[in-house]
Amino acid sequence: MTDLTNLGIADIRDGVAAGTFSAREVASAFNAAVAKGKPLNAWLVETPDHALAAADAADAARASGDLKPLSGVPLGIKDLFCTKGVETTAASGILKGFVPQYESTITSKLFGAGAGMLGKLNMDQFAMGSSNETSAFGNVISPWKRNDGGNAALAPGGSSGGSSAAVSARMAPGVTGTDTGGSIRQPAAFTGISGIKPTYGRCSRWGVVAFASSLDQAGPMAKDVRDCAIMLEAMSGFDPKDATSLDLPVPAWEKRLSGDLKGKRVGIPREYRVDNMPAEIEALWEQGIAWAKDAGAEIVEVSLPHTKYALPTYYIIAPAEASSNLARYDGVRYGLRDLPDGANLQEMYAATRADGFGAEVKRRIMIGTYVLSAGFYDAYFTKAQKVRSLIVRDFEQAFEKCDVLLTPTAPSAAFGLGEKAADPIAMYLNDVFTVPSSLAGLPAMSVPGGLDGQGLPLGLQIIGRPLDEQGVLNAGLAIEERAGFTARPGAWW
Amino acid sequence: MSVDLATVRKIAGLARIATSDAEAEALLPELNNILGWIEQLGEVNTDGVEPLAAVIPNHLRLRDDVVTHDQTGGGIRDAVLANAPQAEHGFFAVPKVIE
Amino acid sequence: MTESTYRIQGGTGEWEVVIGLEVHAQVTSQSKLFSGAATAFGAEPNSQVSLIDAAMPGMLPVPNAECIRQAVRTGMAINAPINRWSRFDRKNYFYADLPQGYQISQLYHPLVGEGSIEIEPEGAEPKTIGIERIHVEQDAGKLMHDQHPTRSYVDLNRSGVALMEIVSKPDMRSPAEAGAYVKKLRSILRYVGSCDGNMEQGSMRADVNVSVRKPGDPFGTRTETKNVNSIRFVMATIEIEARRQVDLIEDGGTVVQETRLFDPDGNGGKGVTRSMRSKEDAHDYRYFPDPDLLPLELDEAFLEEARASLPELPDAKRKRYEGDLGLTAYNADVLTADVETARWFEAMLAEGAAPKPASNWVTSELFGALNRLGKDIGESPVSPKQAAELNKLVADGTLSGTLAKQVFEVMLETGDDPAKIVEERGLRQTSDTGAIEAEIAKVMDANPDKVAEYRGGKDKLFGFFVGQTMRAMAGKANPAVVNELLKKALDV
Ligand SMILES: [Mg+2]
Ligand SMILES: [Zn+2]
Repeated sequence: MTDLTNLGIADIRDGVAAGTFSAREVASAFNAAVAKGKPLNAWLVETPDHALAAADAADAARASGDLKPLSGVPLGIKDLFCTKGVETTAASGILKGFVPQYESTITSKLFGAGAGMLGKLNMDQFAMGSSNETSAFGNVISPWKRNDGGNAALAPGGSSGGSSAAVSARMAPGVTGTDTGGSIRQPAAFTGISGIKPTYGRCSRWGVVAFASSLDQAGPMAKDVRDCAIMLEAMSGFDPKDATSLDLPVPAWEKRLSGDLKGKRVGIPREYRVDNMPAEIEALWEQGIAWAKDAGAEIVEVSLPHTKYALPTYYIIAPAEASSNLARYDGVRYGLRDLPDGANLQEMYAATRADGFGAEVKRRIMIGTYVLSAGFYDAYFTKAQKVRSLIVRDFEQAFEKCDVLLTPTAPSAAFGLGEKAADPIAMYLNDVFTVPSSLAGLPAMSVPGGLDGQGLPLGLQIIGRPLDEQGVLNAGLAIEERAGFTARPGAWW
Repeated sequence: MSVDLATVRKIAGLARIATSDAEAEALLPELNNILGWIEQLGEVNTDGVEPLAAVIPNHLRLRDDVVTHDQTGGGIRDAVLANAPQAEHGFFAVPKVIE
Repeated sequence: MTESTYRIQGGTGEWEVVIGLEVHAQVTSQSKLFSGAATAFGAEPNSQVSLIDAAMPGMLPVPNAECIRQAVRTGMAINAPINRWSRFDRKNYFYADLPQGYQISQLYHPLVGEGSIEIEPEGAEPKTIGIERIHVEQDAGKLMHDQHPTRSYVDLNRSGVALMEIVSKPDMRSPAEAGAYVKKLRSILRYVGSCDGNMEQGSMRADVNVSVRKPGDPFGTRTETKNVNSIRFVMATIEIEARRQVDLIEDGGTVVQETRLFDPDGNGGKGVTRSMRSKEDAHDYRYFPDPDLLPLELDEAFLEEARASLPELPDAKRKRYEGDLGLTAYNADVLTADVETARWFEAMLAEGAAPKPASNWVTSELFGALNRLGKDIGESPVSPKQAAELNKLVADGTLSGTLAKQVFEVMLETGDDPAKIVEERGLRQTSDTGAIEAEIAKVMDANPDKVAEYRGGKDKLFGFFVGQTMRAMAGKANPAVVNELLKKALDV
């Protein structure tokens, strides 16, 4: 039975429909994998019963002939999604013990489509981080190891690091992630899986613990492009409860998947050739360009002149929004309360927040508070929103010359846990290729391209026009078909 | 612009994060490092550029004025209070506030 | 145009007070500004709180169209431009009545621009008061301090209710002007229907900005006294706060720009304003556009509908009552001051009452009765239709003024229609000359001395004969007929 965990979403869906195996067998296999995967620390809460109940419903649905799009598929849910009756902490001490009385729109949609939940996935605290090291509940350990014979624990990427680890370690066929500046794509790249962040507004933010509202987008992470398309279809759609939700029909992305790029122009942004980029990443990028050509695409060089300013822009806007979004964690209505003897209300707030938030969260709240404070708002925040307009314009102009952009996903392969923890800016630079498209709200995905010399996965990123998830998925599929990436980490845990 | 210790304390106060002297001193270089780095935006000419108002072209939808009984409505006091560290007589309780 | 002569006498001479008001008016709506929770007053604590109002993680605001529409209509009523592009900003601060840690408000791009209203302060010239802006924002929750010795209790029922903040220019110069301004604003809001103006329930409250200066000097430093919840208290706040500032300055002190609160029971019941230390970092709200909400863009159709739905406003109505209906200035003023009165009066006209007598009847008889009963016009035991019928019975001679008063008393008690009362109690006025003449003869027979005196030139006695005759007729005789017949009988 264990090999059921090698299956992806499409395989499971089709296998359950065909009666090759039962949904209960699938759920049980993944539940067992989750239980066995504890050394990876990818899960904060395990919900085997939820997965089994959904599986039984799927098996019954098969018998009665009304299977849903995700019937029989058990999923991992990033702990940023509020799940009714299941503790949701965003990996922060300040939300320890918080049990939502509501279900996020995304998880309701997934469960409504027949999926079950294996558990809640560890992550960087409040989605702030690129290595999963900011979780209040311990690091997630990547299932991948370098081939140097050493045993260094590697970062699974972040902030959706529990998510990436769960898929690559075959503990879940698919998972939800969220991406504010690269938090789906970078961990996908680090762990050799696929992940897509859709256009801002495709996936409802209702019930997703907010980090930076103008950037946050949910998306799927899975073994391959098809699985991402299947999951994204179930997750997307208009939600009247989210004022920024796009009131548009959900395209049939899976059905229209095609790796044929004839007539498509693939843009190569010259500013993404950054200093000190490892040669192996350069080489993979060249390889990706060759694969795109092979798939029939025309390659065009394009310019995104403000690329260099995307990260500093992001590190003004995201902390500013976060400083306000996280003001609600005050120890009054839910979560942690730290009330020192004799403390007044304001002292209670300060103690609770000092206690409950991790160092990186505090750092970003401080930055955000500072850039919005009296006298600095225009110099920082307004300036950043203007540069953001220029970044959006860069993309618009580039998309006059091409249909999708192809870039590396991250400037390095997975690094070792602790290697970058001391230098926040070095950590921030990990998102150099993913942040610009986040600022512009564009659909973007990472697909695995190959392994580096140390045997670690490297990802290629495809960025599309607003609403052109199909173009992104198709280009991703073209690369996937040619890359033939099948490497999986050995189960050392 | 670089911040000093007093500013770090002031910001921590505004953000309601209790910060010890040692913590404030540790934060000082970190924040200055980050602020120094983001200040490279000063190089960008943004004359005549409007700050971004909407990430993706989209209009603010307004909802109808109806009392709802789904997840957007009231009448759910138990759910609202369910996670409260301290709830009494249907209220959230906090240390006494003197106005 | 006219300078107020209100002055505060200080040791160093006369001081002028400068007043600006920020009125928070609760928008009349079924549900809150950003959630579907109800807004009704007086509900059980936290029973009208959605997950959104309680700021649960991941909750998002979606604006209520009716609240926007009502603010737009209010802007139109004060002749202010409506901004077709506005935006919600977050005002960040920490307080137990503010679950999100920020209030969604509008700072940089308010919905409504500059307007003005006309006021007529008692005993002073009319004056135009400028309005800086109107913006839409969320109300906060409520803190209860007296239910537990060491704890405050938080009720979020009000949290998220829509408010209009109506910001005046610093155009007022006396408590009377400020009182007249709030009164007029309340009247307009009630006409528009955008706020019920109920100050006791907190539907309207004012932040009172006060500074003092020597006449002709630049503005002094102002203080803001928060949440003053009656017109009387607004006026008292100004008096007390201006006095405090004058005394402070004359004693060599300086006024600090700060937030204060008004305590009507302080200073031995005379009232006092106090500094509010609880709002420590009031000056750094870190406003920025709410990233959960897109800019608010209104189209022409929305504005057109709002404009078309505006009722006749108090100033226009008063002019019409005076000009077209020919009412006295006093009656026109009294009848248009509150929308309910005007509505009641117009309902009476619609039932066929003649405007002038009806206006007199409402302002004297009806108001007198309601006053005695301690009731609002909305609770009047007599309907406009019944009132119109009563007035018609007077007009067609069925009832005399005296009889009408009697019938009205019965109507107040029983709620019956006037015709029924007239019928059942036989209160119909009579013009039957034979019957009246017979009673006149009896009165004259019984008072030969008075008849002689009258005929001897004591004209004043005519009233005595009228009274006697009316009494003999049990008040039902038509007074005009009685007069005429008495004259005939006496003046031989
Ligand atoms: Mg105010
Ligand atoms: Zn206000």
